[in-house]
Amino acid sequence: MSWLRANWLRLVVHIGALVPLGVIILDNYRYNLTANPIQEITARTGKAALVLLVLSLACTPLNTVFGFRQALRMRRALGLYGFMYVALHLAVFAVLDYGLDLRLIGQTIAEKYYIVAGFLAFLILIPLAVTSTRGWMARLGKRWKSLHKLVYLAVPLAVAHFALLVKSLSSRPEPLIFGAVTIALLALRIPEVRRAGANYASKLRYSIRGARRFSPTQRPHCAENTTNSSS
Amino acid sequence: MQKIRSSEITPEHVYLSRRRFMRLGALALGSTALTACGGQLGETLGGRPAPAAPTEPTDGAANALGIKRDEFGDPANSFETISTYNNYYEFTEDKEGVARLAANFKAEPWTVTVGGLVNNPRTYDIDDLRRKFDQEERIYRLRCVEGWSMVIPWIGFPLHKLLKDVQPKAEAKYVRFESLLDPKQYPNQRPLSFYPWPYTEGLRLDEAMHDLTLMVTGLYGKPLPNSNGAPLRLAVPWKYGFKSIKAIVKIELTAEQPKTLWNTLAPHEYGFYSNVNPQRPHPRWSQATERRIGESGRRPTLMFNGYAEQVAGLYAGMDLQENY
Repeated sequence: MSWLRANWLRLVVHIGALVPLGVIILDNYRYNLTANPIQEITARTGKAALVLLVLSLACTPLNTVFGFRQALRMRRALGLYGFMYVALHLAVFAVLDYGLDLRLIGQTIAEKYYIVAGFLAFLILIPLAVTSTRGWMARLGKRWKSLHKLVYLAVPLAVAHFALLVKSLSSRPEPLIFGAVTIALLALRIPEVRRAGANYASKLRYSIRGARRFSPTQRPHCAENTTNSSS
Repeated sequence: MQKIRSSEITPEHVYLSRRRFMRLGALALGSTALTACGGQLGETLGGRPAPAAPTEPTDGAANALGIKRDEFGDPANSFETISTYNNYYEFTEDKEGVARLAANFKAEPWTVTVGGLVNNPRTYDIDDLRRKFDQEERIYRLRCVEGWSMVIPWIGFPLHKLLKDVQPKAEAKYVRFESLLDPKQYPNQRPLSFYPWPYTEGLRLDEAMHDLTLMVTGLYGKPLPNSNGAPLRLAVPWKYGFKSIKAIVKIELTAEQPKTLWNTLAPHEYGFYSNVNPQRPHPRWSQATERRIGESGRRPTLMFNGYAEQVAGLYAGMDLQENY
């Protein structure tokens, strides 16, 4: 039980990150990959990659703003799972879709802005994935941190990749949601924004906890409020 | 420096073919592994027919095995595939979601008003159309602008028969088509929709009069499924699929080029002509190649979707990069 309490987040992340892949494999045998399975797998791996990469960006603010320290330990796993889906996404595109026809692939990458953006994001993520080990961290020292700041470029590129391939953003707003969340997560790394956010978060937490516990003796200074709003 | 005799240098074509061989080898290995795993992807890669293989009536152009094929010998997609993978935005933007939402669509009774610059304007009942004009099977390729294609055995009659019936006036230069506007039946025609409903399309009169241009009433010998645009749609096989408007309620002959939905929304992406053209790239989807539904990999897209012999003459002397 105590093991579970200490490791629940780890468990959630590892299982959660493998679910999209598991569902794809399951759906393959259930013939549930639409009439256009290659397209479907491309879309699903892409979506999973984007969600995981955005979540990896959320770890730091979850700690600095919300004081959720455990999140920090999940940053590497989320980033690497994200990269795994990026690699799968690209493999499906290059092998299943384009049959490794390098001429055709080159032409397509150069021709479409959305593929340029997605491919750049992939290229940026390669060194980050390679240097994600403890050994590389030690070897690179201070430079490791600057190198891994490149993720601030990779994730927006991945969001742009998604936004550019959608027919119309007003009818399919998902890329806008990913974009807004990414901007918020990046903004929370600016010291002033982070401090303001942390302030607000602690106030919020305080009032929620106060209302939930509703024990006027423990929190005399908010007793009036809680008794009045207890209904 | 050591001299390399010219005979030792691998000729380029051998070198290239070796690279190609290795590439194909890797590809074959990967696909074989996936094929061996089976499932939907395995069968797509292995080229074996999916379980929902056509078990359709074997009339019309069917061969001894009962599989309908286009003039290039490519097999038609199954009834199941054709009727459950649809772009029909009035219902939803989700291709897989259309069939379910369209299940209760009221395709009968249905009337089509044909008017504008004609001598004999008329309103036809859908049953009149089916009786009045001989219904024939046409096995056409459908190339979606999104980069996928199918082979579809439509049932219908050429539009020129209908146009002759209403007698276009000399001033008529274009044909405008309009789909049903009915927010009660079409969930995506909600108020404040992004799309300027109803769906509209257009053809030049000579395109409309071309024998390939088909008014479609059926599929695989059956009435047209709701998800494919019942009870009446267009099939213009040398143009991108969105030109083949569904659930037609109005046909109008005009002197001016009519506005069309996609051209209005994104004129730089979708031109009035929208002929299938591998030479004209689209910002998102490959137009040089396409994925035939049911196959892995890609095939080269053919000019005018493989109907160049029949229709290239319509565009003689026109710059198709300009008039896309």
